[in-house]
Amino acid sequence: MPTMTWPQDADTVQLVALARQWVDDLNLTAVRQWKAEQPGRLAIGHLPIYAPRPILEAVGVLPVAVFGGGDQVDIIRGDSYFQSYICHIPRSTIELALGGQYDCLDGMMFPSICDVIRNLSGMWRMLFPERWSCYVDLPQNFDAKVGGKFYVSELRRMARELHERGALELTDQRLRQAIADENRRRAVLQRLDDLRHKEPWKVPASEVYLISRVGGMMFAKDHADFAEAYLAAVQKRPARARDNVRVVMVGSFCEQPPLDLLKTLEKAGCDIVDDDLQLGMRMIDGPIPEDTDDPLAALANAFLFQGVACASRYIANDVKGRQLIEKVRSSGAEGVVFSAASFCDPALLDQPMLETALTNAGIPYTSLKFAENTGQFQVIREQAGAFSDAVKLWGEPTGTGVTTATSC
Amino acid sequence: MSTAIPIRTRAPAQKSPALQKDASQERQKQMIARHFEKLANAPESRDKVCYTFVPGNLTELIGSFDMLPVLPEINALQSGMRQRSGGYIAEAEKAGHSEDVCTYVKCDLGMMKSGNISPTGTRLPKPDLLLLSYTGCFTFLKWFEILREEYGCPVVMLHVPYQEGGHITPEMRRYVVDQLEREVIPAMEKITGKRFDEEKLRENLRLSAQAEDDLVAVWESAKHKPSPIDGYFGGVYYIGPIFSSFRGTQDAVDYYRELRAETEARIRRGEGPMTPDGVVSEQRYRLVVEGPPNWTSFNDFWHMFSREGAVVVASTYTRVGGLYDTGFRHDHQHPLETLADYCMGCYTNLNLPGRVSLLEKYVKDYEADGFLINSVKSCNSFSAGQLLMLRQLEQRTGVPGGFIESDLVDPRYFSRSNIDNRLQSYFQMLDARKSRTA
Ligand code: SF4
Ligand code: SF4
Repeated sequence: MPTMTWPQDADTVQLVALARQWVDDLNLTAVRQWKAEQPGRLAIGHLPIYAPRPILEAVGVLPVAVFGGGDQVDIIRGDSYFQSYICHIPRSTIELALGGQYDCLDGMMFPSICDVIRNLSGMWRMLFPERWSCYVDLPQNFDAKVGGKFYVSELRRMARELHERGALELTDQRLRQAIADENRRRAVLQRLDDLRHKEPWKVPASEVYLISRVGGMMFAKDHADFAEAYLAAVQKRPARARDNVRVVMVGSFCEQPPLDLLKTLEKAGCDIVDDDLQLGMRMIDGPIPEDTDDPLAALANAFLFQGVACASRYIANDVKGRQLIEKVRSSGAEGVVFSAASFCDPALLDQPMLETALTNAGIPYTSLKFAENTGQFQVIREQAGAFSDAVKLWGEPTGTGVTTATSC
Repeated sequence: MSTAIPIRTRAPAQKSPALQKDASQERQKQMIARHFEKLANAPESRDKVCYTFVPGNLTELIGSFDMLPVLPEINALQSGMRQRSGGYIAEAEKAGHSEDVCTYVKCDLGMMKSGNISPTGTRLPKPDLLLLSYTGCFTFLKWFEILREEYGCPVVMLHVPYQEGGHITPEMRRYVVDQLEREVIPAMEKITGKRFDEEKLRENLRLSAQAEDDLVAVWESAKHKPSPIDGYFGGVYYIGPIFSSFRGTQDAVDYYRELRAETEARIRRGEGPMTPDGVVSEQRYRLVVEGPPNWTSFNDFWHMFSREGAVVVASTYTRVGGLYDTGFRHDHQHPLETLADYCMGCYTNLNLPGRVSLLEKYVKDYEADGFLINSVKSCNSFSAGQLLMLRQLEQRTGVPGGFIESDLVDPRYFSRSNIDNRLQSYFQMLDARKSRTA
């Protein structure tokens, strides 16, 4: 794996600092080092949300989640590729790619989550014709014999194309192992989330976020080890219960808010007990079946039948907002903070439907917008503070969401 | 370079005169009026109503079940042309829809909340089925999720794979056909209580291909100088029947035959198209245009071109509901496969390199002096990547590209003076280039 080492008795501060160091390293030094250790190794980037990482791992390829430049990059060239009314993540992605930061990536995957990412796949083809480019047309038909069959053919195509570029051949055995590793990672993240639901003061969202996100550039088994180390450290951490409002944060599944935005919400009295920030890591609910003759079908079917509801996924026969309401209830949350990137069509088109569902369920909400490089949080702090006060003061407001304000 | 640009003084864009109509346009108007009348009577006649989208519309299949199609995008653009969209959008934003998202959706929702009155003044019926043909635009998915919540009616999804590799693979085709067989057709059978009639579908497809032949002849007529058509502003009228409810009908066949005859007659007379500035036969600039037009100031926008003698010889917006001039025709011998290929071939379902190649071909085949991108705020499907397309096209064709920004139906994003100024500069650039090459 890209070499991440930590002392056996590392505490949460050390582990979180390590994760932050990796997440902030836009040069992907760890990926470069891993590749340099053995010539011929392949690393493939992928944009949010969901990429079938076990396929990549099974053929020996390191999957690298790409989340743009956050608040660390001055956009110079990227802005000349996108109009002002397009969200921020594609422009920082292009900025970094043109700046050479992604030249250690042998290809890029573009999951089918919106038209911006879709068109970015074509831009990639034109700008970097020598690199592998793969649009992942995730099925919106959830019949195994229809959407599942198509998705399996897509997964096979990816594996074949990567093999042609030097990756290992896809075998059932390798895929089974990759699925087992992914399941282990998923289970540790689940434990982390369970703990967050019960004792959010022990595992602040801003930390869980970093611990999850750093796994985007690690093999699943190594990430599971790291997350386990954090979980162990959390148990030893002295932490006092707080009387904060518990919220679920929704809408930031692609472009990520600056870490300071999460900290601002926390400081304003909101414990984020669940969120969709690193949805790609949590997209499959529960383990992918391992004991199967056909692991490829198992991986495809897991997406069809265990996929988590999100704005980019057609909900077919489900009830809009059902999963969100369940999440609020199961996490013990008292409200929802909608937090979408500016100009994020999927999130912003989804939001009014979710708001209606919450209103009908008597769950208060507030909403804000951000860009990955937002630097001012005063308005958000005031808004979140007002929301948390309102929820605390009035107990369970009867449905109509507490003020909905746009903060940037 | 600036010294070489002749300074021209032009009258500012003014309110344009009304357009004179061709016989085919009158015919189209009547077709549309009859269709909306049928829709208004649907509750009494018990005709089933199917809402669907322009790209990837399955009009022949819908027609084979005697269902009546409603295309919400067409209603939105019509609302834009009739200056109603601003109010509808405000209504939707008041109800909580973001300022950032596609205005077609908000216009449609506002129209629905204001009584669902059609562009011809009749009331639109509620849908019996929402056919979510997810072709070339992500927003469609959200749009019909929203409508499903509003109307509480069934939705059937048709996921059309994107041509990311630049071609249609057998697996992609199979996926769409599987969905037609297992999801779409059974849903239509259930709603209408009728069995799928393959022969009827084949007959509709035969009629489609006839109309498509004539439409392609109309598009290609623009290779003549002067061009007898405007392939963008005039073109949006030409695509009306074939992109909406009439593909696969005798009405459409008759319309396109007449349109073709009118076009050929203009070629014989050496005449250009009818525009807001009358017939433009003195054509100073031949342009290719990428992107949808603005609808709220449509005639003013057109006037900014026609008063300069600029004629659009080809455009990509007029290919969103079907790309026929690269050879595709509906094929009655393979009814479901041809529907699949049609859906996957719509313009916005092509990858960006494919879109650039098509534009390059248009610039070359139609001997265009330049190309222009109208980038609309609403539409990420069209707009994301257009600035790179601009650069690539300039490199590949050597002709100058222009870039303007507006919106489809949100009047707040049509800045008349800004667009006019940009167009003026662009035409000056074309003049300068012409005088250099002369
Ligand atoms: S932030 Fe939203 S619109 Fe932008 S790329 Fe991500 S999903 Fe697409
Ligand atoms: S985003 Fe574009 S293609 Fe999609 S509905 Fe809006 S205008 Fe139409």
